[in-house]
Amino acid sequence: MPRARYHLASYLESTAAHAPNRVAVIDPGGRAVSYGELDDAAGRLAAFLRTNGVHEGARVGVMMRKSVNAVTAIFGVLKAGATYVPVDPQAPLERARKILMDCGVSALCVDDKLVSVLDAMSDESRPATIVVSGEGAIGERSARCISWDSATALAPLPHDLNRGTSGLAYILYTSGSTGMPKGAQINHVAASSFVEWATETFSPTAEDRFSSHAPFHFDLSIFDLYVAIKHGASVHLIGEELTGAPRALAQFIADRDITVWYSTPSALTLLGEHGRLDRLPYRGPRVALFAGEVFPVKHLQRMTRLWPASSWYNLYGPTETNVCTFAHIPLPVPEDRTEPYPIGVPCSHCEARLLLDDGAPAAEEGLLYIAGDPVFEGYWNRPDVNARVFRLIDGKRYYNTGDVVRVDSHGEFIFLGRRDRMVKRRGYRVELGEIEHALYRHPRLREVGVVSMEDETGVRIIACYAGDEPGPSIVELKQFASREIPVYMVPDEFRAFDRLPSTSTGKMDYQQLKSWLGAPAGRANGRPGART
Amino acid sequence: MVRDEIKAKLRAYILTHYLRGEHESNLRDNTPLRTSGIIDSLGTIELVSFIENTFGIVLEAHETGVEHFDRIDDLAALVDRKLSARG
Repeated sequence: MPRARYHLASYLESTAAHAPNRVAVIDPGGRAVSYGELDDAAGRLAAFLRTNGVHEGARVGVMMRKSVNAVTAIFGVLKAGATYVPVDPQAPLERARKILMDCGVSALCVDDKLVSVLDAMSDESRPATIVVSGEGAIGERSARCISWDSATALAPLPHDLNRGTSGLAYILYTSGSTGMPKGAQINHVAASSFVEWATETFSPTAEDRFSSHAPFHFDLSIFDLYVAIKHGASVHLIGEELTGAPRALAQFIADRDITVWYSTPSALTLLGEHGRLDRLPYRGPRVALFAGEVFPVKHLQRMTRLWPASSWYNLYGPTETNVCTFAHIPLPVPEDRTEPYPIGVPCSHCEARLLLDDGAPAAEEGLLYIAGDPVFEGYWNRPDVNARVFRLIDGKRYYNTGDVVRVDSHGEFIFLGRRDRMVKRRGYRVELGEIEHALYRHPRLREVGVVSMEDETGVRIIACYAGDEPGPSIVELKQFASREIPVYMVPDEFRAFDRLPSTSTGKMDYQQLKSWLGAPAGRANGRPGART
Repeated sequence: MVRDEIKAKLRAYILTHYLRGEHESNLRDNTPLRTSGIIDSLGTIELVSFIENTFGIVLEAHETGVEHFDRIDDLAALVDRKLSARG
């Protein structure tokens, strides 16, 4: 049955129309705005963007820390009919600049503390309009910069109930194996199909208090923002200071009495390990959701004991489809269980197929393909990659997730691993090739091979290199890497060799490299077909 | 505990956990740790936990902000202050 399709801005407009006084968003500092206020401010920003050349379909960068203004900026862009491109405020500025240039943003909403991202851009390549949030000095860059107050001074753009849903809502950049991040284009049909599915599945209400733990450039934020706002619930923004301080975060969750939690397993593991949750009267959110990576059972077990009152779900899906399969976790998690939980069954808003490498249907184990409303529109300006990731089957466009799964005896999917060189770290996708590209820019490294190894604490990234003697120190290599790539991609270890191994065809021999590092052969990186 | 002893414990921990294989001399008291990618947010949480357990002190969230908690010098000064305050 065809589902209702919505423009994301309509979720806010509809709630603001019938419940203007309810609290919409509370930022890390405790500043709260009502739905009426949020809608008004976003409408004003939209009017400003429209009068400054931001037309329908234009891209607008949002490079802001978690704040009420950041949420306002996102809805301002959506109301203007444009596409928002959230950029990690903690990313190296060079990476942020590449992303903004890649999709040619016509405007940028940016925190005062982050305006230096403009420095590396030539005057012509800078966005035509730059809205600066915050009171900080912005120096000589000011020609195109305008203050937040000035950008929200116009009368708000009126609500529009007839917006189309085929346009792009946002572009999320993920790690790219060639060294350049790829922008996954998500339209309103795709985004709202997920919001509607989540509505059916988790029955949110206006009384719910949602956590917003994931940053806005991470697809988990789509749930936090739009599912909450559709239902008139409150969104509790969690800033970087709190994500890095588990005890304070645990206290925050209890004080705000969060009822819907969504994060990576890594974040929950830290909370369970260091948050001292057992000392708080809080018994857990109504719904606890996790996604982004495999949750080691030992840690899941501990968290479910600390939050025994919650309904637990494992959500699965790449940025390109958002959540496409899900599994309920029945409690208690058995003491003797070591197998990770399945990623579950396909969500009702999409279709899944398992195919072998040659495209033939797989009986029990194969690559997971997804079709239907939630599938993205391809990567921005990457026809080469787009041609590879889609496959037309029975007139439907299927996306190849690249994840190898097996069907268990209950008909649920079990995640086995990947055939390529993508790994998950803290829920983020990391293409090992992107790290290699970054390290190759170091003047003293001749050869670089990056591998991942898994142990009970998670994935470790190890960069092996050969280069001029004396080589750079590990301190220097880490510092160099962190200027080129986000900190979650910086290798855990650096290992120097005289030369790196190559295969008979002259390619880097990663299996050999791993064996040099002492990995059990054929096991690392969850290679399918090598189950133990 | 004297400041140098505190620094030695911190240095040994950081070298083993975040700079495996590095020569001790390359990790200086003023080497930025967090603003330079040597320790990420997860590592910081582990480091805070190590400091609390090793020195028997409690660090508040505001004390571990990156501005004042980035170098061995900063860390040791904070530990020292906490230990003296405890008496």
